[in-house]
Amino acid sequence: MDKPHERPDPEALLRRVEEEEARTARARLKVFFGAAPGVGKTYAMLQDARLRKAEGVDVVVGVVETHRRSDTQALLEGLEILPRRLGAHRGVQLEEFDLEGALARRPGLILVDELAHSNTPWSRHAKRWQDVLELLDAGIDVHTTVNVQHLESLREVVAQITGVLVQERVPDTVLERADEIELVDITAEELQARLSEGKVYVPDQARHAVQRFFRRGNLLALRELALRRTADLVDKDMRRYRESEGIRDTWAAGQRLMVGITPGPGGEALVREARRIADALGAPWMAVYVDSGNPLKEEARESLEAHLRLVERLGGEGIALPGHGTVAEDLAALAHSRNVTQVLIGRSRRPAWMERLRGGLLGELSRHLGTIHLHVIPVEPGPGRARPLKPSPPWWPGGATLGLCAGYVAGATLLGLAVHRYMELADIVMLFTVPILVAAIRHGRSAALGASALSVLAFDFFFIPPRFTFAVRDARHMGTFAIMLGMGFVIGDLTERLRQQAIRAQQRELRTLALYRLGEALVRAGDTADTVASAVRAVETQFQAQVAVYVPGPGGALEPIEGTRLPEGDPALSIAQWAYDHGQAAGRGTEVLPASRALFLPLKGARGTLGVMALARPETGPLWQEPDQRHLLESFANQTALALERAAYLAEAGATRARAEREELRSTLLSSISHDLRTPLAGITGSATTLLEDPGTLTEQDRRSLLGAIQDEAWRLHRLVTNLLDLTRLESGRVALKREWIPAEELVGGALGRLQRQTEGRDVRIALDRPGILVQGDPVLLEQALIHLVENALRHGGSGGPVEVKVHQTGRAVALVVADRGPGIPEAHQEGIFEKLYRVPGQGAGQGPGSGAGLGLAICQAIVGAHGGRIQVGNRPQGGAQFVVSLPYAEEPPAPPAEEEADGR
Amino acid sequence: MGGEPELILVVDDEPQLLRFLGPALTSHGYRVLTAATAAEGELLALSHRPDAMLLDLGLPDRDGLEVVAALRAWADFPIIVVSARGKEDDKVAALEAGANDYLTKPFGTRELIARIRVALRNRPGTAPAPTRYAFGRIALDLETRAVTRGGEAVHLTPNEFRLLLVLARNAGKVLTHNQLLKEVWGPGSAQQHHYLRVYMNQLRHKLEEDPARPRHLQTELGVGYRLVEDPA
Repeated sequence: MDKPHERPDPEALLRRVEEEEARTARARLKVFFGAAPGVGKTYAMLQDARLRKAEGVDVVVGVVETHRRSDTQALLEGLEILPRRLGAHRGVQLEEFDLEGALARRPGLILVDELAHSNTPWSRHAKRWQDVLELLDAGIDVHTTVNVQHLESLREVVAQITGVLVQERVPDTVLERADEIELVDITAEELQARLSEGKVYVPDQARHAVQRFFRRGNLLALRELALRRTADLVDKDMRRYRESEGIRDTWAAGQRLMVGITPGPGGEALVREARRIADALGAPWMAVYVDSGNPLKEEARESLEAHLRLVERLGGEGIALPGHGTVAEDLAALAHSRNVTQVLIGRSRRPAWMERLRGGLLGELSRHLGTIHLHVIPVEPGPGRARPLKPSPPWWPGGATLGLCAGYVAGATLLGLAVHRYMELADIVMLFTVPILVAAIRHGRSAALGASALSVLAFDFFFIPPRFTFAVRDARHMGTFAIMLGMGFVIGDLTERLRQQAIRAQQRELRTLALYRLGEALVRAGDTADTVASAVRAVETQFQAQVAVYVPGPGGALEPIEGTRLPEGDPALSIAQWAYDHGQAAGRGTEVLPASRALFLPLKGARGTLGVMALARPETGPLWQEPDQRHLLESFANQTALALERAAYLAEAGATRARAEREELRSTLLSSISHDLRTPLAGITGSATTLLEDPGTLTEQDRRSLLGAIQDEAWRLHRLVTNLLDLTRLESGRVALKREWIPAEELVGGALGRLQRQTEGRDVRIALDRPGILVQGDPVLLEQALIHLVENALRHGGSGGPVEVKVHQTGRAVALVVADRGPGIPEAHQEGIFEKLYRVPGQGAGQGPGSGAGLGLAICQAIVGAHGGRIQVGNRPQGGAQFVVSLPYAEEPPAPPAEEEADGR
Repeated sequence: MGGEPELILVVDDEPQLLRFLGPALTSHGYRVLTAATAAEGELLALSHRPDAMLLDLGLPDRDGLEVVAALRAWADFPIIVVSARGKEDDKVAALEAGANDYLTKPFGTRELIARIRVALRNRPGTAPAPTRYAFGRIALDLETRAVTRGGEAVHLTPNEFRLLLVLARNAGKVLTHNQLLKEVWGPGSAQQHHYLRVYMNQLRHKLEEDPARPRHLQTELGVGYRLVEDPA
């Protein structure tokens, strides 16, 4: 103790303050805890609830199992009972606690019986305790009941006492979350009496098992466990109080526990034991596996992963430590660096000679640990041994393989028969190694064994005197047989391992390749839709599943991305939303809504969850449970999330760039336009002042010319302002197109009609392929575009040459052509000519009153673009520029009106 | 017409426009009354019964369309609405609400006077509906249902004939697409604008010298059509 007693460790203080705050803010959980069924937990809970109700608390019974006991049922009277949710599973009608209903009802306090209950498959959570946690998260107080045998950490102990391995378990952390624990305790005798009086609910089919469970010895042990566990939990409260008061516990302070684990069946029990001791000490704990670098077998690796997962579930820290020195050195080094005070290791009940070999570890470890306490815990393979997920390869080959092996052996036998005259028996034996090897390489371990057995038989029958019998005269040959079999076994095993390694390597390679391909596809994808499409394609091929991706829409709620879909009939969107909100996987094969047909994985990026990927396959049962597959799936999801994030960043960057460009354009436009605006204004002002201040010296001709100038300049100003407004409107994308069918004559005629002033004295020729060609588009906008083109041709098309306006129909498009006989447009400028304010050198704008200030062609392009058309410019062979606007038909043109010419006169 | 010069009521809130409209109209022999708001305009219309009204659609106190509809409830003098370019939908709505014509800002004096003349001439009840119409080289006889161009008979389909007749009866006045459709094809034929365009095109081919540069059957862009008797 290096700190004064009255001053608590600041970290502990902070933690306590945080907990305190969380405690006052969050909903309260009260657990009615018992040693066995029948002690009266539900009864106690209901009594308590009635008291609360009398105090004015809004109490609702979420779910209570009365088992038709009249005294319990009587307590229910006067309490509001939430209706249960009904659902069918495999044709059976089932009732379940209605979590959604409870959340919607939002009572002040809800009673939820049987915390360890496993929910029906269509429920949101697999376990009821998860329901309870969600209720608490929602700020609703919960009262619940649980028996000691359901506690995760006590499972092994209870199994040892009662011989019954409980399937329904509750993590200890849930109980620790409880703000209040009430132990409902009666003596073993009393409980037995109640059982015999029929006051304990016992399902008929389990009567026998129950009677075994309720043996006096069992009950005593369970009661002790329950009392102790309660005492532990109460002790924690006490300790918390003492800490807060500045009283430091001389024992518990700074305790840290570490347990060394190995793969294999004993590990689980060891982990639970460690957790129990750590709990009793009030110490944080960690489980360490020292990875010596030797590759683990598949089964061992899975078991190790299961252990580490269990550690996390029990609230410990799981560490896989890469080894540097011996196991003892590595463990000790970590223990010292992490200030561990207690080290646990397991001692398995193995033969003494094996233990002696391991004894080295114990001795070495205790030397290295120095003052740190070392505990050795005896462990034996617990009943909860993890079932291997993949069946190991069979030891004996199947019929087809055996036939092939027989073929190989027959070949060797024939060869042996052909040469046995010239060879010793020992040489012929060597011949039989060939089929064994071939079988091993081609078909694996079981085939090698089969081939060696067949070889022994064939060798015996055909070559060992007396030949053509299975009898053996010389006992020495038995040794040969044994060696042949042994050889088959060893070769088979070796090749099998090699094969497995090769298969794994291949799988790894395929996985890497798949990931690489996905990465490549995602890098090439530009925006969110592209990214999702690539990811969906990749996942669909890799996992042979239907894939849907959900991303938040503009309103923040998830929406499926178009083109990705799941089979119908699943409340997919709401599950996806849950997965998105909680950042956890949901659906099939998870603990949340496992009855769903699809698996929902959140796509998590650096900025939080970006969306949800859902995968569905037609068959039932969990999906992608093998660690390899799951790992790959998660990698895919991660990659997709990263790519989505990148796409989001890109979009953001693009928007910023566009904004900057717009700003720049605006300022260029303003500076350029201001000149065009000032020139006509100067003309108007000048002419007007001259007229006003005229002392009477102006001739009538001068006056008219000045007035004409005012009119012209005003028109020019008008055109300029109109163009500016049009362009701004078009570029903002706020122009609503009216798509109508317009005869080309009307379009051309309208445009030329508006240009009457400019076309006066000019040669404008109109050429239509045929009368009545229909153009599809907005009449006002298209006429405007045509006006700009003709105006441009009039201005730049040389003074005398004709301006031609032609209309062609080509398939499902119409081409409007405006051509002149001017100098044409230098090729270098043909691209830029449609840009705003673009001026071809030597053909300066601002000539004449109709000048568009370099906006006319830009307006044209914007209009044509809005119609989904194209505008091109080129020079004609005979000289002059030619603009071609091609406008596609969005649909078939309407048939010309058919009219009876009855009275047509 | 003789005697008292016609009274034109100008309702516009922009002083610049009033400053130019007053002298322009007076110099052409009209009397002018001005109002700056719709309320004032309606009051003056009631008290003075003008011969025609020039109404800006963008008045500060009331929507121009409502004013047109309200006036049409009791007044039968011609209303010419004034509006900015790019508001073709407003013009169509005003015409269909009962306005007789429209002017797009900016406009010149010549255009203004021409529109006012047409509007005054087309006042209802000023003359019995004629049975013969003639414009340029084109003549239309209602009794014989004969149409001639430069003296030569032109064959028109029934729909073409009806279309031409509607336009001729309203010569000088703009008719919206919907008005024409309703007149020629009957109610319920709206939204068939392309039919109207196609018939109009056929009519131009039959009657105009250069159908792409029509002299009489003119397009009012985005609004409708107008038959012009004596194009300038």
